This record gives sequence, structure tokens and C-alpha cells, in this order.
Amino acid sequence: MVADNTSTQNISLNLRVWRQAGPNKEGKFVDYKAENLNPNMSFLEMLDVVNDDLERKGEEPIAFAHDCREGICGTCSLVIDGKPHGPHSGIASCQTYVRSFKDGDTVVVEPYRAKPFPVQKDLITDRAAFDAIQQAGGFISIRTGAAVDANAVPVPKEDADLAMDAAACIGCGACVAACKNASAMLFVGAKVSQYSLLPQGQPERDKRVLAMVSKMDELGFGNCTNQYECSAACPKLISHDFIARLNRDYMSASIRQAFKPKSSV
Amino acid sequence: MATLNSNVPPGPLADKWSTYKANMKLVNPANKRKYKVIVVGAGLAGGSAAATMAELGYKVDCFVFHDSPRRAHSIAAQGGINAAKNYQNDGDSVYRLFYDTIKGGDYRSREANVHRLAEVSTNIIDQCVAQGVPFAREYGGLLDNRSFGGAQVSRTFYARGQTGQQLLLGAYSALSKMIGTGGVTMHNNSEMLDLVLVDGQAKGIVVRNLITGEITRHAADAVVLATGGYGNVFNLSTYARGSNATAAWRAYKKGACFANPCFTQIHPTCIPVSGDYQSKLTLMSESLRNDGRIWVPKKAEDCGKNPNDIPEEDRDYYLERIYPSFGNLAPRDVSSRAAKRMCDEGRGVGPTKLGVYLDFSDAINRLGADTVRARYGNLFDIYKEITDESAYETPMRIFPAVHYTMGGLWVDYNLMSNIPGLFVLGEANFSDHGANRLGASALMQGLADGYFVIPYTIGNYLATQKPGSAPKGDEQPFHDAVKSVDDMTKRLLNTKGKETVNHFHKRLGKVMWDHCGMARTKEGLEKAIEIIPGLREEFWANVNVPGSDDSLNQSLEKAGRVADFLELGELMCRDALTREESCGGHFREEYQYPDGECLRNDDDFSHVAAWEYQGEGNVPKRNTEALDYEFVKMSVRSYK
Repeated sequence: MVADNTSTQNISLNLRVWRQAGPNKEGKFVDYKAENLNPNMSFLEMLDVVNDDLERKGEEPIAFAHDCREGICGTCSLVIDGKPHGPHSGIASCQTYVRSFKDGDTVVVEPYRAKPFPVQKDLITDRAAFDAIQQAGGFISIRTGAAVDANAVPVPKEDADLAMDAAACIGCGACVAACKNASAMLFVGAKVSQYSLLPQGQPERDKRVLAMVSKMDELGFGNCTNQYECSAACPKLISHDFIARLNRDYMSASIRQAFKPKSSV
Repeated sequence: MATLNSNVPPGPLADKWSTYKANMKLVNPANKRKYKVIVVGAGLAGGSAAATMAELGYKVDCFVFHDSPRRAHSIAAQGGINAAKNYQNDGDSVYRLFYDTIKGGDYRSREANVHRLAEVSTNIIDQCVAQGVPFAREYGGLLDNRSFGGAQVSRTFYARGQTGQQLLLGAYSALSKMIGTGGVTMHNNSEMLDLVLVDGQAKGIVVRNLITGEITRHAADAVVLATGGYGNVFNLSTYARGSNATAAWRAYKKGACFANPCFTQIHPTCIPVSGDYQSKLTLMSESLRNDGRIWVPKKAEDCGKNPNDIPEEDRDYYLERIYPSFGNLAPRDVSSRAAKRMCDEGRGVGPTKLGVYLDFSDAINRLGADTVRARYGNLFDIYKEITDESAYETPMRIFPAVHYTMGGLWVDYNLMSNIPGLFVLGEANFSDHGANRLGASALMQGLADGYFVIPYTIGNYLATQKPGSAPKGDEQPFHDAVKSVDDMTKRLLNTKGKETVNHFHKRLGKVMWDHCGMARTKEGLEKAIEIIPGLREEFWANVNVPGSDDSLNQSLEKAGRVADFLELGELMCRDALTREESCGGHFREEYQYPDGECLRNDDDFSHVAAWEYQGEGNVPKRNTEALDYEFVKMSVRSYK
């Protein structure tokens, strides 16, 4: 069912795909032949085509997570040939194209492998742990309607730009999947840094970092041992500098917490 | 027959909202916790509504089909959000934003709703900045603005090319806080499959857990739908693959009127389809048209040639030719239709012949490649990533794509549908954009509805309901709804036909695009209304949905959504057929000025068409709500 595109040479790939019926079921690799592929199709569109064939044969298609297909929603989460989001840097799985592979290549497709992200089915993992970390403190408490005028507090452009660098995180979890410790510190560091760089984030700065780190530990994520695989795998290339900021914020918050005078109320 | 009372409060336009708010019924703080509100969807509208209502003290249950509320498709909006802050001192005002929006919508929206939108736009920016949304700033530390189409002032706030993402994450952070404190009970991976009415009022929903397959009943005092638009009826669009109309459509089948379903927006600058495997169209920012020149070859036989080998005199810069004053910056609907005409004439380019060139060679010669790179580098990179072509060396190929739906469930001034207790927010309702939405106004409307409108207006309804009087979820209507959901699931799984769900979705998309797309005719629409029921029949006879209903089954999810699109598509065609005029995104070839502009018919069609379901197999009823322009004078929307 592949379209004719005369300007390009179609190719075939041997896919080795992780199939797992459910969370507590045993999984295994299954080989599929993906033939006559237009190099301009995306990796996910190739899976669509493979799935259409499976469905037509009455077999269950390969389950994979996807939604926006333009690299911003953070839903897609494939590990392609051992790399979260595939061979290219700075893009999500959905922005990987068939032209990245050569005719006849064997391509291994797996789900994220990290304890806090259990497999739900085939290539889909449960990343609710990220929501839980966010709920523990990843916000600025401002009731709707209580805000002052947006220009009342100027923010230096450099700070706003750096906060935006951190805020670009799409919450896909590739950082965790890439880390041998399954550490979420790039994710947490990005969120903590975004808020601690802005004046609006100051009142809850200590409370936030302590709560988020404690939740991260509780959920079974490991710690950073400075290999920086996370920022290499990050589709938004978020810098591991934000992990350093997280450590600094956490340290100073812990100290302040220890010496904080106790309020009588 | 449905009663369509807009409930617009009396009085001068600028005072309506404040006067109305001051006279609303209130729910006392101790009673708020006795009311439960269901919110379906957690994009800009749903997320902000759920968080704010929980802050007020209501018990909120929020449902999303995504694995996390942060995935909603609001996240993909690029350009920005409008607000009448007048920080640039360039003469902006609430009235001007209101007027631009009414005119941009080609005089098919409700004045009072749009004015309220413009009023609260300024609060949105305050709120988002306070949440830590890192908007672009000037060196002095103040907020930066850019200009957008349809306006002569700079009122658009932005966060790089990811404004939607940052605003959504702001709403998500507010929602996360309320989930953490227990104010909101979040249900991820949960798709609403039916609306439950008790004594004619919306009192609950039926939901399928997409991981376990479990069907559950949820009762509440009111139901809020913020489930987005229905552009995926066309199969190919700039929407996310999961975006669907199911919640809204099932509400329609329970009696909620569907308003102006034919009002869809088609964006002129998207990357063209490259083959029939295509699942998604990617938008290229409209800003490219500031420096790019759009053309096709003059001769059809040149279309297969390398564009760089086609000499200047054999190129047709058709926008500059047809619209000399606006040229390449002609409005979205006009540019889209012109591109279609060129391709219809056989002069489209690229492998599928459905594309036109957007050429930067003049700009590169004039400004140098570095300046062009500084202005558009990231867009050129996206283009290269998708097409493997460098726009520095060869012209981009672009084509229009479905981008937004202005139509949606009918709502009154309170954002309540004609079913009491059912509220509809954001793109899912029809209210504010008329027949055409201006750039950077979708984000504004989603957040206005969620942060600043529904928290007030829902109280007005809840105050009429006795605290603690919500059903328990065990009443007969809940069991009936579960049964109808179960029946549909069984039917989908048991058909065991030969074709995939995608196959039917593609065919429907093609019918819709050909007959209810950029240009519509009586003949084409009548044909579509004939084809679609046959397609639906074929779907139910020959679809193959593998797997079971007791676990994660993406084929089943898709099948239910496409089944709904197969019905909604027909309604869109009916609406387009009966609206015998051209306005905004709705262009009927029979109704145009000699120069190709939309020919509106204010005498006969200055109204909202709100379609009412009449049971399976029956033609739905077309109700109307007159649009009385009390404050703005209707005029021809000309871009000459």
C-alpha cells in the first residue's frame, strides 16, 4: 500500500520488534519484513503500514504510543537500535524517517527499559511517574484571577531565555530510558530550573525542589552519575547543566531546611 | 425541538459581562464541595477549567484519553496568543481585538461572546506569567509582542515557536497542583464513550479505560466537554492522530445541537502529502510568506522539471498576479483556494502534483542566505527533516491542509449547550470564531473559556441544583448508556470483515477533502451525501477490528472514532449544502464575487445553523439562532 514516488528508490527493512501482550506477560522479539518503503515516510508511518498488513491478516497490530507526530507532545517513545528516539539527535521517534536506514537493514525496535516505566503492551510504557513528580511540586501556586499585571515584574531576558530552554522539555522520558541508572534528574532539573530562574518561582523554591526530588526517589528513579546520556538522547537537547542547577538548589534548600526556625503557628 | 436561547445579557456591549457577573447566582463556599463536576479533556480549555473549578472548591473529576494531561494537542500550537494589552502603545484596545475577531470571522459569531473574549484576554497573560510561562521578553525585561494576520497592531505574545506548549504546561502545572492536593481526581487513558442524561439534564458519562478495557459509569452535577476539534474527519490534517470527535458526537446523539459543522479552517502553508501512507500534515509557519514568493509553472508540461531549470518568464507568481495589492500575503482562505485552483488546472508540482512552490531565491539574492537563515532557519530545518530538501537551494513545496474547526457544539453565553448541565469549551464549541479564526486566537479562546468564563457561569447553573442531589451512577440511564457502549464495541469486534479501520478513514477523508474541503459546490456536496452512507454501511459490514475489549486495543479505539467521523462527515456536508453563501472558511463556488471573494448572504444566512439529531437514519433538524449585530456594522470583508 505504499505510494508511488518516482523520484526516490523504495527500500525494504527487516524489523525486529518487541511484542508483549500485557504488563505482566512475557515478551519476545518478533521479526517483520517491511517492504517497498518510500524513504520519505516517517518511521511511525512505516509501522502504520506494517500494522495495516497485520490487521488485514487478522493479527494484532504492534501497539506503539504516538499522537502529534511533529515532535512536541512527547507521546512517542521508541528505542530504535538501542537508542531512545532513534539514530538522530534532537528529534523524537516520530521525526525519524525511513531514509535514515539502508535497504536491507535490520532495525531493532523496543520499548523504554526502565523500572519506573513498566511496559503496558508491546512498545508502550507507563510514564505516570512523571505526572506524580510534577504533582508533588512542579508548579507555582497562583490562584486563577489573583495575578498582578504581566509587566509588573520585569524578568531579565537572559533569565527568561534560559527558563525557556529548560521549559522546552516534552516529558517523553527518553532521558530516563537512556540512563543506566534510570535517573529522572534531567526531567526534574529542567522543571526545577525553569521556576527557580524566574522571580515568580522564588516563594516555593525550596519546598518545590525538596518535594520533587523526594518523589523522584520514592518512585524508584536512580541518581545522576554524570554520563550525560540523557541530554544526548533528549529530543529537545536539554542541557545537563540543569542537573547541576538541580543539585545546587537541592543542596541549599536542604541546608536552609535544616536550620529553619520553627514557626509557632 | 431544541430551544436555542443565547442568553446574552442586556445592556451596553462593554458592560454586559461585568454586569452579568455581578448579578449571577452564587454557590456558597461550604456548599461548593458538595458539587461534583466532570471535565472531559485537559488541553488549554479543559485543563484550565478543571484546575480553576477545583481551586474554587468544587469536586472535579477530569478524564483524558491520553496517558497524561500534558499530551493534549493544544501543545502543538506554534505562533502565539493574542491579548489586548496594548503594551506596544500602538493603539490596541479591547474593542479593537473584538472588532478584528468579528471581522476575521466574517460576521458569523456572536458579538457578546467575542467581546467577553477580548475583555478577559488581558487576564490570561497575567495569569500565565504568574504561573512561570517563559514568554519572550525584550532586553528591558518586559514582554515582547509580534504581529499576526488580520490585525494592524502587535498584540501577540509568544514563547519561541512553542507558545501552545508553554501555555498548556502552565495549565498542566495548575492542574497538577490540584491533583496533588486532591481537588481534582485525574483519570488518564480514559475515553468518554457516552453522555448520560437524567431527567433531561447532563449528569454523567460512560468511560472506557484504554489500558484495561473496563467500562465505568461516572455521575456528577454537571458535565464539561473540552474535547477539541474534529478536523481529523478529513483523515489528513495538522491535528494529532488521536484527536477525535467522539465525546462531542455522542453528546450530539443525546440531543446537544451541533452548530456550523461546515466551518473548517484550511491553512495554506503545509508540507504536501508525499504518498498514501501519509498520516499527518505538518504546518509551516505563515510568516514564511513575508519573504517567500509563491508560484507554479505557466505550462503544465514544465511541472515535472527541476524548478531551478524553469526560467523566470515561464513561472506564474499567481498570488502576485491575481491579488496585486496583497500578493503573497493574501489571507489564508484566499491563498488556499488559489493554490487549489492552480493544481486543478494541472499545474501543481511535486510527485503527487498537489503542491505549489514557495521560493526564497529572490530573498536570498536580496538579503543574503545568512539573513534568511536568521529569520527562518528553524523552519527550513523542519522542512529539510521531513522532505530531505534544502529550501536554500530549491523552492519549498507547500499545499493547504485542514487545521482547525470553527464549528462545534452549540453553546449559549454561559457556554452551556441546549442540554442543561452540559457545558462545552474551547475548540469543541462553536462560539467565538464565526466562519474563520484569526491566527493566535485559538489559545486565547481555550484559556478564556477555562480560566475566566466557566468558573463563573457553572456556578449560575449549579446554584439551581440542590447540593447533594447528583445521581449516584446506578440509575437506569447509566445502565442504558453502558449497554449501548457495550453493544457498539461488540459490533465492531464481531464484524470480522476484510478491511482495516484506516482504509475507511482514508476513503472518508478523500470524499470530505474533494467535496467539503476548500471549495464546495451543490453538486459535489450532494454527491458526498450520497457516498458517505454507503461507506458507512460498508464499514459496518466489512471492517476488521482485531483483538479484544478487555485490554489495550488501539484498533478498537480507532474504530469507534472513525465510526463517528463517518456520521459527522455527512452532517458537515449537509450543513455546507444548506448554507447557500460563501463566508470565511466556507466557500461555495456558486457564491462569489467576480474576483473570487466570498459572497455572503446576510439576509438569509446571518444565523447559526444548529443541527439536532433525529435518530438513526433520519435527516437531522436544522435549527437556527439569528445573529443580530447590534454594535458592529456588517460589511464586505475585502482584502484588495
